[in-house]
Amino acid sequence: MVEPVKRDEAAEAAARRRRRSIALGLALAAFVIIVYVLTIVKMGPAVLDRPL
Amino acid sequence: MHHSNEISTGAHEARVEDYLALLKPRVMSLVVFTALVGLLLAPGGINPFVGAVAILCIAIGAGASGALNMWYDADIDAVMSRTANRPIPAGRMERDHALAFGLVLSVFSVALLGLAANWVAAGLLAFTIFFYAVIYTMWLKRSTPQNIVIGGAAGAFPPMVGWAAVTGSISLESVVLFLIIFLWTPPHFWALALYKQSDYGAAGIPMLPNVAGERATKVQILVYSVLLVASTLVPGWIGFMGPIYTTVALVTGAGFLWFAWVLFRTTETVAMKKAGRALFTYSLSYLSVIFLALITDHVAKMLGWL
Repeated sequence: MVEPVKRDEAAEAAARRRRRSIALGLALAAFVIIVYVLTIVKMGPAVLDRPL
Repeated sequence: MHHSNEISTGAHEARVEDYLALLKPRVMSLVVFTALVGLLLAPGGINPFVGAVAILCIAIGAGASGALNMWYDADIDAVMSRTANRPIPAGRMERDHALAFGLVLSVFSVALLGLAANWVAAGLLAFTIFFYAVIYTMWLKRSTPQNIVIGGAAGAFPPMVGWAAVTGSISLESVVLFLIIFLWTPPHFWALALYKQSDYGAAGIPMLPNVAGERATKVQILVYSVLLVASTLVPGWIGFMGPIYTTVALVTGAGFLWFAWVLFRTTETVAMKKAGRALFTYSLSYLSVIFLALITDHVAKMLGWL
């Protein structure tokens, strides 16, 4: 019975790729948010611009 | 065996956790902590969000150099029990993927730190990554038993980067923070090498105990321990820190010297490995306590308790 094993492995590989894609998507979203907030903090309204 | 033209199987498809493991999370936590101390001790203020982004960049940069290290060192990692289960030697990830991951994160962390804070801090971070990945990993680690001493500089840069993120410069105080970690690294890793000798020997890494012998290693551990404890007293001498810090540095420093002395006096193999392990464990908490004391003293001064 070689076939079912192969199919399981392919399913596992697909699941791993999917989780990687989700992680990469979240990382990119975080990067975009960071750059956006950074821009406001450094150049935008002075509300957020206070020293520690 | 790892390269086939068929659809890749589950075993060869790296998981998200494998990519995270490339970043050496445990090293990263120490980097985040020391960089944060450098950032908080620096004179002047930094916007909290900019500060948080700076710490994130330093952490990612350190992680990137870890990934580059695992890309280059996959062959020797496979031989040592401590590192054999890393993603590449365990066969869960292609080497090239670790290289790409490390390079991309290096570029993004340096660029973002430059844009968020300043280019002095970004330049220091770039130099740190270069120092760890190229000077230490590619060059010194396999060629000299002093690998740890010079390579330790890479781990000592983060508080300087954190400091520079606020001030945009390098100063005596941030160099002292660098010096403390720099002098801490050799006794810390040689203590580990003393009880993991056979591992390094099998991998062909010229660690000091394998090359110069146990006796010479214990002498050097003792010498560096004295230099380390002396360096931790500098912040008090230059008026950077007050009595809270200096008291902690004196007490914990005496403990460090005691463990180094016990190791120096122990010759019997089993007892010596135990003493090496004891110094290694102590030195880990020691560095955290020293940096906690720096921040505590600083906060006490700001609140006007001293």
